[in-house]
Amino acid sequence: MVPEPEFESYYGRQIIKTPTWKTPDVPLYLFLGGMAGASAVLAEGAALTGNVVLERVTRLVAASGAGVGTVFLVHDLGRPERFLHMLRVIKPTSPLSVGSFILAPFSALSSAAAASCLTGRLPRLGRLAGLGAAAFGPPLATYTGALLANTAVPAWHEAHRELPFLFAGSGASAAGGMALLLTPVQHSGPARRMAIAGAAIELTASELLKRRLGMVAEPYERGRPGRLMRLASRMTLGATVVSTLSGRSRAVSAICGATLVASSVVTRFGVFEAGLASARDPKYTVVPQRERMAARART
Amino acid sequence: MGSLWGRLDDVTGDAGYVDHEPRMGFFTDTSVCIGCKACEVACKEWNQVPDDGFELTGMSYDNTQALGASTWRHVAFVEKPFETVAAQPPQEPPHPTTTDLGLPGMGPPGWDTHESGLPSGEDQATASGDGGIRWLMSSDVCKHCTHAACLDVCPTGSLFRTEFGTVVVQPDICNGCGYCVPACPYGVIDLREDDGRAFKCTLCYDRLKDGQTPACAQACPTESIQFGEVGELRERARLRVAELHDKGVDVARLYGADPDDGVGGDGAFFLLLDEPEVYGLPPDPVVTTRDLGSMWKHVGAAASALAAVGVASFLGRRR
Repeated sequence: MVPEPEFESYYGRQIIKTPTWKTPDVPLYLFLGGMAGASAVLAEGAALTGNVVLERVTRLVAASGAGVGTVFLVHDLGRPERFLHMLRVIKPTSPLSVGSFILAPFSALSSAAAASCLTGRLPRLGRLAGLGAAAFGPPLATYTGALLANTAVPAWHEAHRELPFLFAGSGASAAGGMALLLTPVQHSGPARRMAIAGAAIELTASELLKRRLGMVAEPYERGRPGRLMRLASRMTLGATVVSTLSGRSRAVSAICGATLVASSVVTRFGVFEAGLASARDPKYTVVPQRERMAARART
Repeated sequence: MGSLWGRLDDVTGDAGYVDHEPRMGFFTDTSVCIGCKACEVACKEWNQVPDDGFELTGMSYDNTQALGASTWRHVAFVEKPFETVAAQPPQEPPHPTTTDLGLPGMGPPGWDTHESGLPSGEDQATASGDGGIRWLMSSDVCKHCTHAACLDVCPTGSLFRTEFGTVVVQPDICNGCGYCVPACPYGVIDLREDDGRAFKCTLCYDRLKDGQTPACAQACPTESIQFGEVGELRERARLRVAELHDKGVDVARLYGADPDDGVGGDGAFFLLLDEPEVYGLPPDPVVTTRDLGSMWKHVGAAASALAAVGVASFLGRRR
């Protein structure tokens, strides 16, 4: 056991502010955006390979994920009626600004693609929209890593290398999982492969994060966020193993898919709450900064 | 787009102003702060900032607690125990880190600190029995960073750099997204709950436009809060530290005055008598956007990986 580091503070009060982003709005948006983004990629693959059943499901998931996610994002604003102010400037220094310019076209394109797919109208325009959604999908699923990392919250900022991969993996496993849940097994092969690959990326990124960050990663391992992260890892691992070994059982496939979706939700809550915990404790602000100063003094 | 990190001598020019005012700021010399909170009151009055709750903390005389959406000046009261007088070797000064700062003392007129058993000139200390408390007071404020994370991350453009080099929120633009709140390495800006928008110190932008001194600096009775051109204030601060060091106050140090620090230096900086974290300040803040390049690079790599996973999922056997 590493001894608790000694540090000074102002009556034990936190130094940085706790993020004001609301629960469950923001963790659910993180989940929905990730699932929708990866679903749009699956949908385009399904369209290219003529997998109509999978295409229909994934287009619907992409469009509804983006739509519901946008509602959560707008609801999170202190002044929701001003949500369009997000689009009055574009700033590469603000992942939220960049993200707005990813989410807005993604929502429009994925909705158009889903509408065309379901109604059968304007098939060519629908496909074109689907291609566009697939192009915006991966950025949508991963920019949220920079969104959290571009803050002074130690558990988020220091994880800026791993968070985009963690969210890419979590989004892929959620999109694959949702498709496994909603698609008969004879059509869900690609979804299963995406789910398994996503799970592998997610578990690896999560492990790397904890190893590289040292004491700053404590919030991911302790208390409620720690329990959430462990639960998510176990669910992901279990569902992945069962899904890899299981045959063509629709029920088992659906249960694995649902577990992966749930695990992605839990992961986002875990990461989000770990950030809140790391902001509330001055230890995570002071001790790494002191170590940085000491290292600088040595050189 | 301005620079994200490192030394920047003309922050206002970097923000796009061609012909601009000199950069204005605060030098808060906490060695002469008496904790009167006139700055807090003057700020509230001038800027019509609503109340921030009427809580009694029980931790010290500080019931304001922290900077926030409705607290743009915050006077910290540090009560720090110092070593007992008896524990010191008699020939050594009991507390070598403090000296006479020329402030009114604690006792009645004619009261001699030597006879009371207290160290000479221990004006920020009080003692009872065998121990003592060292008082540190400091009026905290928005630092108006050279590289301001709040401004960088603001997605609406509500936060902007003024012609005075300060950082100000435009309330008619802010949509309360809250990104600036966790971005600030000092924990200054916050959302006002019943309003939904973010607020912080404007360095009295309206008064500056009229060539006036910000309300807090004008109200400060001991000139602990000094307002002026940042370049000149930095020089003044260096002289003050040298003066205090000459008097034996070795603990005096500047905080936020170094243009080579993690935020490119603060427009509002401080003279402190202890470590920054004792006052609730981060010891080595770094603007989060220093790592922006790395963040976008990793987002790009992760997005490519996700696209590759998508392609790979459709390769191989079909079923």
